[in-house]
Amino acid sequence: MGTFSDTGLLVLITLIKIAVVVFVMLTAIAYLTWLERKVVAHIQSRWGPYLVGRFGLLQPLADGAKFILKEDIVPLEADTIIYWLAPFLGFTLALLSIAVIPFGEGFAFHGHTITFEITDLNVGLLFIFAVTSLGVYSVALAGWSSNSKYSLLGGLRSSAQMISYELAMGLGVVGAIMISGTLSLRGIVASQAGFFQLHGMNTYIPHWNIFLQPVGFLLYFTAAVADTNRVPFDLPEGESELVAGYHTEYSSMKFAMFFMSEYANMITVSCLATILFFGGWHGPTFGPYVLRVLLPVFWFCLKLFCFLFFYIWMRGTLPRFRYDQLMAFGWKFLLPVGMLNVLATSFVVAWISSS
Amino acid sequence: MVVIFYITAALAILAALSVVAQHRPVYSALSLIVVLCSLAVVYLLLGAEFIAVIQVIVYAGAIMVLFVFVIMVLNADREIASQRSRMAHWLGAPVVVAFLAGILVAIWNQFPAAGTRPAAAVRAGPAAIGHLLFRNYVLPFEVTSILILVAILGAVVLAKKEF
Repeated sequence: MGTFSDTGLLVLITLIKIAVVVFVMLTAIAYLTWLERKVVAHIQSRWGPYLVGRFGLLQPLADGAKFILKEDIVPLEADTIIYWLAPFLGFTLALLSIAVIPFGEGFAFHGHTITFEITDLNVGLLFIFAVTSLGVYSVALAGWSSNSKYSLLGGLRSSAQMISYELAMGLGVVGAIMISGTLSLRGIVASQAGFFQLHGMNTYIPHWNIFLQPVGFLLYFTAAVADTNRVPFDLPEGESELVAGYHTEYSSMKFAMFFMSEYANMITVSCLATILFFGGWHGPTFGPYVLRVLLPVFWFCLKLFCFLFFYIWMRGTLPRFRYDQLMAFGWKFLLPVGMLNVLATSFVVAWISSS
Repeated sequence: MVVIFYITAALAILAALSVVAQHRPVYSALSLIVVLCSLAVVYLLLGAEFIAVIQVIVYAGAIMVLFVFVIMVLNADREIASQRSRMAHWLGAPVVVAFLAGILVAIWNQFPAAGTRPAAAVRAGPAAIGHLLFRNYVLPFEVTSILILVAILGAVVLAKKEF
């Protein structure tokens, strides 16, 4: 260790973190498909996959092999460069936003502190919004480059929906940012440590932003479900509506990329909801040092799993919005509610900090 | 750090040239997005991370999406080279180069002879920008908001159907 310079060590540790996070993320995406099929199946009183491996646990591997071996069909007049670019762009951006998400506290290693995240930008939250904004392009370009009417309509509808609900998403988190006072994700989690103190007495309610910003959380989560094109906002990719929307003309690996980027976006949005409103990795910690380091990661993953389960539960239960209802809901209801929330929160924060 | 700047600047210039040189409008729009993202990286190198991220969110992520929408909906086709003005055909590029040279000379003369090293990055986070925007520059901020409101109203009026 004495021969490594400081930057060299930093680069090495960052590369290891990237490898771990990408591997865990890809496995999580694959098994999220398994979870979705199982949960939706049980909601519909049937089993899901159960043949491939015990409980169907090897099904994602079988699906992966199927996607790789399928015939790759390219439509005749498709714009080649953009047709190939769109799914890879979407998947790259979906993986990119994991780079700033903190999974746990960190630990000390030979005098250095290693934190459980790839990097902590002090505008980390805005970075995730920037990546999400760029993700709209993959959908729009996919729809257009397929040279098919269904794809174009689906792509335009889907990207219009995404940019509309990004606004509501942004407004939903402004309240939490005002309370935490920082845009860095690690800082937002750190501001939710401990419990609420009432007149110096410890109520055992954790100091999470969900108790301070319930409206903000509902706003953020609703807009996030719409932004990731999930039920009940999944008109652009509903089967009975537009064949398959913007990914109608895609086959095999490129279709799998769209699929994976949708699940990756789901995971990112759920991570953000955990960090912004549910205290991130805060939870009871006890025991020896190894346990103290790993328990926060466990709490984070538990909360994340609850959100993903809720996503899948909604898919199995709710009908979908019609497109005009969807847009009206986003612009005429969520946006004003978001602005009122920001107004109310800013008054309360200003009053508290001045008294 | 300087190497990253040179690479990013070269990318921005190439993409900007590609905006005007492409035959298809969609490729021009995509090249413009590359330019905007390169500029965001340049802002990052200067230490203005908030502005960099806002550039991507607002400019590359919202305004350019609308450009791309319009191009897709109108299904704009390949550009056909017009055969009309021979003078524009021959004098176009040299005039642009002369103009650019004039601008560069004017900018170069602004800086003292101590080289073109950028000033030390000032770490001004979002909080500092917020303070500046809402205290010193609150009047331009409000005027800009009203300007945007007027633009929105104009767009709604222009796009309204006649009943």
